[in-house]
Amino acid sequence: MSPNKSKINALAIGLFAAALSLSFSTPSRAGDKFIVVQSTTSTQNSGLLDYMLPKFTKKTGIQVRVVAVGTGQALKNARNGDGDVVLVHAKPAELKFVREGWGVKRYDVMYNDFIIVGPSKDPAHIAGMKNAPAALTKIAQAKAPFASRGDNSGTYKKEMALWKDTKINPKAHSGRWYRETGSGMGATLNAAVGMGAYTLTDRGTWISFKNKDHFKILVQGDPNLFNQYGVILVNPAKHPNVKVKWGREFINWITGPEGQAVIASYRLHGKQLFHPNAHRAHAGSSKKQQHG
Amino acid sequence: MQDFGAAFGLAFHLITSGDSALTEIVLLSLRVSLTAVLLACVVGLPVGAAVAVGRFRGRGLATVILNSMMGLPPVVIGLLLYLTFSNAGPLGALELLYTPGAMIVAQAVLVAPIVAALARQVIDDLHREYDEQLRSLGVGPWRTIATVLWDARYSLLTVSLAGFGRAIAEVGAVIIVGGNINHVTRVMTTAIALETSKGDLALALALGMILISIAVAVNAGVMALKATASRSAYA
Repeated sequence: MSPNKSKINALAIGLFAAALSLSFSTPSRAGDKFIVVQSTTSTQNSGLLDYMLPKFTKKTGIQVRVVAVGTGQALKNARNGDGDVVLVHAKPAELKFVREGWGVKRYDVMYNDFIIVGPSKDPAHIAGMKNAPAALTKIAQAKAPFASRGDNSGTYKKEMALWKDTKINPKAHSGRWYRETGSGMGATLNAAVGMGAYTLTDRGTWISFKNKDHFKILVQGDPNLFNQYGVILVNPAKHPNVKVKWGREFINWITGPEGQAVIASYRLHGKQLFHPNAHRAHAGSSKKQQHG
Repeated sequence: MQDFGAAFGLAFHLITSGDSALTEIVLLSLRVSLTAVLLACVVGLPVGAAVAVGRFRGRGLATVILNSMMGLPPVVIGLLLYLTFSNAGPLGALELLYTPGAMIVAQAVLVAPIVAALARQVIDDLHREYDEQLRSLGVGPWRTIATVLWDARYSLLTVSLAGFGRAIAEVGAVIIVGGNINHVTRVMTTAIALETSKGDLALALALGMILISIAVAVNAGVMALKATASRSAYA
């Protein structure tokens, strides 16, 4: 044993303590003024949030920490109080979230649309169709591979609603032509490209997606494919830790003229990805509590 | 594949241009994983040594448990820690969720069994040589553990590197408890997952190459340290 052992021990303990305190302290970049927004992979993957949020932070000094997961998981996390605001796209689920008291009130923010993309060979011959359920029926009849999110996301919920119109139960064919990836939008697009499978995606993610290979948009323009995004403040009555004041500030901004203009101005490859459509509703002042 | 060439170029460009976003992500990765390994060693090394040296009932069972815990699935640990650190969970008040602190805990939980199990093996071998001598000197168990840990220190450094390899490469746990938040909890592996999902495979691959280079650099650094230390010890 080394005679210096106690000295080395003391040094090691000191270093350890220093490293620990350094490592557990949260970054001080934007101070303590931040909110956590539970949002979806589509808003993150499309690049909208990276474009939009710095403008909000610059104006208000509030840092926005985005956790990008599927809509289902985002709402679940918010139910647990792990977020101040949700920004997702599955209106029925959002309204249920508010109805059950987990959210204060839901506001429309913006929309884009879903599209069906697939290989340019188009084995099911759906290119140019305007009716999404009819296109899905043709895919099923051709037994052409179709990649489904297979999670609880907003896109998946939309896909399920479309299948319901076709009277086909795709899950009966799961593992054959119907393939559930159980992953985010981008991962599912990668899988679809890899397998030559059709898939349903939101237009924003598709435009920004860089691994398109020979894939293209085959079906679009069906009113059924409308994709509405909404924003909700998590209810402080359920979770007192919710940062009500800053959360409201964010909601007011994103549904207000400035945020709406920023959304409209976001373009990728010359294309507008999201269309603002907040009905100028205000999330209320920070002092008054509103229940929806 | 055209992505490989592009990835090499991109990786080179990212490194030489000193990209600030990349620097931030690399530093956070190192901070999280090195702290986690440090924590795991503080817990794992004594536990491994105790199981190796100790003469107690259930020692065989303890060894089996330690060895199997080397394969803890990161995504399950992530989920368990999410439920623990969630505001609705028992430790929600700590406000660790979506912070580097939570990621450190997750990686430490994954790495500690690896450190403990490998340390047990290393020390078990060593202890066979020492056992009689230490006994005849009447050395107590705590003192014995300290002695074998010290004498096995160079091998244990390699053990900690195995732990570091697991920590720095892990994505399943940190993406759940960290949330992959830009500028806050985004590390190399979660950034790679994100770029892959954006379909930017070249950038994802470039980040992967940088991650591997970092692992090589850390290992080389530790090797050099070990060589210097053992030279001075025997000089």
